[in-house]
Amino acid sequence: MGWEFFLEVLIGGLLAGVMYSLVALGFVLIYKASGVFNFAQGAMVFFAALTFVSLVERGVNFWLALLVTMAALALFGVLVERLVLRPLVGQPPITLFMATIGLAFFLEGLTQGLWGAQVHSLELGIKDIPFMLGGIMISQFDLFAAGTAGVLVIALAIFFQKTRIGRALRAVADDHQAAQSVGIPLKHIWAIVWTVAGLVALVAGMLWGARTGVQFALTFTALKALPVLILGGFSSIPGAIVGGLLIGAGEKLAEVYIGSSLGLNIGTGIENWFPYMLALVFLLVRPEGLFGEKHIDRV
Amino acid sequence: MIYREAGQFKTTYAQDSLIFPLRQDRLSMVALFAFAYVIVPAFATDYWFSAILIPFLILSLAALGLNILTGYTGQLSLGTAGFMAVGAFAAFNFMLRVPGMPILLAFILAGLSAAAVGILFGLPSLRIKGFYLAVATLAAQFFIEWTLTKFSWFSNDNSSGVISAQKMQILGYDFDTPVSKYLLTLSIVVVLTVLAINLIRSETGRAFMAVRDMGVAAEVVGIPMLKTKLLSFAISSFYCGIAGALWAFAYLGSVEPQAFDLNRSFQMLFMIIIGGMGSILGSFLGAFFMLLLPILLNVFGHALFPGIRSDLLSNLEVCLFGALIIFFLIVEPQGLAKLWRTGKEKLRLWPFPY
Repeated sequence: MGWEFFLEVLIGGLLAGVMYSLVALGFVLIYKASGVFNFAQGAMVFFAALTFVSLVERGVNFWLALLVTMAALALFGVLVERLVLRPLVGQPPITLFMATIGLAFFLEGLTQGLWGAQVHSLELGIKDIPFMLGGIMISQFDLFAAGTAGVLVIALAIFFQKTRIGRALRAVADDHQAAQSVGIPLKHIWAIVWTVAGLVALVAGMLWGARTGVQFALTFTALKALPVLILGGFSSIPGAIVGGLLIGAGEKLAEVYIGSSLGLNIGTGIENWFPYMLALVFLLVRPEGLFGEKHIDRV
Repeated sequence: MIYREAGQFKTTYAQDSLIFPLRQDRLSMVALFAFAYVIVPAFATDYWFSAILIPFLILSLAALGLNILTGYTGQLSLGTAGFMAVGAFAAFNFMLRVPGMPILLAFILAGLSAAAVGILFGLPSLRIKGFYLAVATLAAQFFIEWTLTKFSWFSNDNSSGVISAQKMQILGYDFDTPVSKYLLTLSIVVVLTVLAINLIRSETGRAFMAVRDMGVAAEVVGIPMLKTKLLSFAISSFYCGIAGALWAFAYLGSVEPQAFDLNRSFQMLFMIIIGGMGSILGSFLGAFFMLLLPILLNVFGHALFPGIRSDLLSNLEVCLFGALIIFFLIVEPQGLAKLWRTGKEKLRLWPFPY
């Protein structure tokens, strides 16, 4: 296999990795602002995508459906803050983590109960015709996704650095008590950040959905954001992007090269566990991730 | 009201360290055993044995294993089902490849195999904790499932990775009816539960709890972190491994690796959250609750709303579990076991509280 094939796999992997980054972004946002590791992010992606698709399929205008879905996500953010986070303030992070597992199940059940379990296809109006660049096949759709991710990251960076709310969010992330004592309303901030994470989930869900169909498997794909976070660091947006790229490229290369060396029958499905193993090894070497803050909970 | 401990004095050290210091408690345990060993086999139908009682006992055992790790040692694990799968497939292979292997020995070896795998995946816990560890155990879950599916040696070259459990035979007696399978499972669970109760009361158990409550303090008073954590992983996985072997041999008969998927791991986690983290009784209560709720939901759902779609019910069930987890974490983080204790305390003084 020549280097062109290698490059093709690499680029395909990198572009797929962008999608992981998009999901991971939602995790990072919530982790930064509230120290909660939100296991329900995958369920939120699924919920957002399926709600949007179902509305569109019922004849709702594209933009109206988008608006309604965003409103639903905002409502969800507020409810989560009110019903889950507020009563659990001050609990150990692991309790909050388990609460978000409960939340994930609740949301998955709710989504499928509302909209059914069949696979929906989603048409965003972007043609997925691969084009050749110096003998390497590149998916147009993946490029579009990468572009979207880039825009999203820049928008978030501006939001965090330049706006009042963004600064408040960073203050809360740094120190809850100090932020509260200078008058930042913690409750609103959490509702806002969950809403923003919901919107990121919507973008991720739409892109993933357009690629693989909107289906329950999205929640599993979203689980891959966990190793992405470990590689990139839990509280770093650039980390989420780089981690996503590494995981995406790594799993595709592992699938193709390790897979073929093991023999085809055995080799398939390596990408199901490779990211986690990579993360596991990485944890042993550099637990705070590539871009994470140093003072993580060491034992 | 029910009983008072008045008049029961501890006069020897042996009496002081009894598991059940009260005569009434001992009597109720005897009653419970009589119920489980005599009355249940006499009255329960085959459906009860194979659809409710046997899975209840096995899931309790697995929940107990997870509780040792998560509830007592404070190490969150999302790989429970993976360790169960190791147990199931190890027991199958020991029976298959070693001629004349006694079934109980195969179960124990299966538990030990699971323990070895558990130690391997527990190694990261020395450097990380919390949800970092959760991701590490997630790796165990996916990797084990993949290995057992893809390497057909484990399933004796079955194309879809399904293993058919061999007959269970002890001293020439075949355990092939639901009643006998139930009694065998019950006996194994009872023995392992008693061991677990004593483990928790011992130095090792106290070391587990010290690590859970404050790792640094535990190390300062001389508890070896490495040994304690890995031991906890090993014992927990041992229990899960035996539970997995029983799941294959006593409950399903033939299983595939997908029977031990991530959802099963979550199911275990939910059991100990609802039942009570750090409580032996809680593992059983949680398993009972998690097993009974879907059945009740099904029965009542169909009774109250005839013609309700069953996929709607199953979605409702998932929803309800999620909501219950959050509810319990907020309202009663120590789960049903705590409610049980509170109820007992209240009844002790009822109807004349001070």
